[in-house]
Amino acid sequence: MISGIFHSTYEKDMALRKTHTQKIRIAIVIIFVLAFPFFANRYFLTLANQVGIAIIGAIGLNILVGYTGQISLGQGGFMAVGAYAAGILTARMGMPWWGSTIAACFITALIGTLFGIPSLRLKGLYLAIATLAAQEIILWVVTHWRALTGGVDALVVPDPMLFGLRMNTDFNFYWVTWGLVAVVTILTVNLFRTRFGRAFIAIRDQDIAASVMGVDLFKYKLLAFAISSFWVGLAGALTAHYRNIVTWERFTVDISVLYLAMIIIGGLGSVTGSYLGATFMTLLPAVLTNLGRAVKSVLPVIDSIIPFIQQATFGIVIILFLIFEPEGLNKMWKDLKDYFRLWPFSY
Amino acid sequence: MDLFIQLSLTGLTNGAILALAALGFVLIYKSSDVLNFAQGEFLLVGAYVIYAMIAQFGLHWTIGMALTILVSIGVGVTVERLVLRPMIGEPIISVIMVTIGLSSLLKAIVSTIWGNQPKAFPPFIPSQPVRVFGATVGLDRLWAIVIAILMLGLFNFFFRRSKEGIAMRAVADDQQAALSMGISVKKIFAWAWSIAATTAAIGGALVANIVGVGPELAGFGLRVFPVVILGGLDSIPGAIIGGVIIGLLEAYTGGYIGQGLNQVLPFIVLIVILMIRPYGLFGQEIIERV
Repeated sequence: MISGIFHSTYEKDMALRKTHTQKIRIAIVIIFVLAFPFFANRYFLTLANQVGIAIIGAIGLNILVGYTGQISLGQGGFMAVGAYAAGILTARMGMPWWGSTIAACFITALIGTLFGIPSLRLKGLYLAIATLAAQEIILWVVTHWRALTGGVDALVVPDPMLFGLRMNTDFNFYWVTWGLVAVVTILTVNLFRTRFGRAFIAIRDQDIAASVMGVDLFKYKLLAFAISSFWVGLAGALTAHYRNIVTWERFTVDISVLYLAMIIIGGLGSVTGSYLGATFMTLLPAVLTNLGRAVKSVLPVIDSIIPFIQQATFGIVIILFLIFEPEGLNKMWKDLKDYFRLWPFSY
Repeated sequence: MDLFIQLSLTGLTNGAILALAALGFVLIYKSSDVLNFAQGEFLLVGAYVIYAMIAQFGLHWTIGMALTILVSIGVGVTVERLVLRPMIGEPIISVIMVTIGLSSLLKAIVSTIWGNQPKAFPPFIPSQPVRVFGATVGLDRLWAIVIAILMLGLFNFFFRRSKEGIAMRAVADDQQAALSMGISVKKIFAWAWSIAATTAAIGGALVANIVGVGPELAGFGLRVFPVVILGGLDSIPGAIIGGVIIGLLEAYTGGYIGQGLNQVLPFIVLIVILMIRPYGLFGQEIIERV
């Protein structure tokens, strides 16, 4: 049994993974992620890719909402910007898919910063409403600017090719997605060890105090919007290349809500929480569909109401989490670890 | 000129219904500081319940309406007791999210019972066209305006004269002071939620009478935001005037410019208002350093 963690050097104190248990755990996770595609069938690979993209989007949103405390309901709109930017650059201008993905991140960051400007005057509820308006405005532009986006028709994106290999098969794309998940994770975790990340947290905890301490609110709030939208744009661009097709229905306000639910259920202000929440919320509808199929022979009516069951579960899960575990899955995970760390004297 | 009157009447109808939905929204915000994202779903539930009463059970519309109001009060009280009360003192984002979860749940319940297909509504208000100042509008649209004005008048009376209304204003003003005066804040919250559900249900019944019932009625929930921001989040006259302004604005841009601009213009107005006057036209001016 461990009575506590004691560091004798500053290097150890600054380390991201402080104990052996943590290092072993991360090694197991990495081995699992590397081995997974060789054992999984196509269905699970598709799910894994969806989870990976959701994780990138959720980390992006968590930087803004969880770490900087700026509530955003514009996630769907920003993802649409990323997806359409990547799609248009590749389909219309013949840019290679990796080039258009990087460009899409920067374009989304720019648009995100633009719609972040109201945050300089608004807080809390009002900012939530302003970002909701951003969502509606972006989606309106997408569906009405026919010359650029093709309007309500689907935008077809050519297959991403790399060294003559089609990348958007489930197996190949798995490496793209999860490689990028790793990059995003490492950069984000380290972001909060720099002055920028610490400034974000200071703004969340007490913005006036942060400003007194010399944090330039104007600069750092916009920077939070930019960095967050950069990752969200990446998630959008990946969707475009993975699906070969971009439609506006995929980026409605429901998506903004879904991602907000991910980070709240996962845990605000935590990268692990983003992982847990994104996985949970992506797998939940899939699990429900499979459960529905399993009981179909007994209860034939279930087929027609599965979408409603999914929607109802979505609502109930959010409500129950907020009432009983407002700190989300991350807290439950911590409690679980604590329980076993102190076992058999846990109470 | 005919087109102008036509559009004005359409705008006024939509505005009146928006104002009814916004009224409940403002009421909840004013008394409990909760931003209710499920307001559109209250409207949806109201519309479907009255549809069930009239079209499925074959009741007379007066009885149907009375029962719908009772159901709405039930929904309001249940929601407040089960979902919102545990949220007291939680951060804003949790409260926003819980009403979003609620909206998803209500929508799912409605779709499970009544399906996802739009249905024709047996009109209980006659809808034959009448000519007003040279423009032709359905009689039901005119009735919608009249009923909305009546409702708003009734609420004005309620807030100024009745004991509960005054208590509600007291709670909105200062919860602790209200508590020390012997007002039960919990009861007032329940009141606020039931009234919000009821006004939304009446608005739902009016819309259903004009366009029929369907899941897209919940879209009113998002359209309420520009209205309440324009009028001021905590102002009841603001909700009414905001509703009318946004309704007219949508009708004029839809009629004269088209291109679906009427769907997005309210949101552009919203951002502009937020940037220059976040407390809206009539809201209480609270200076907050950001």
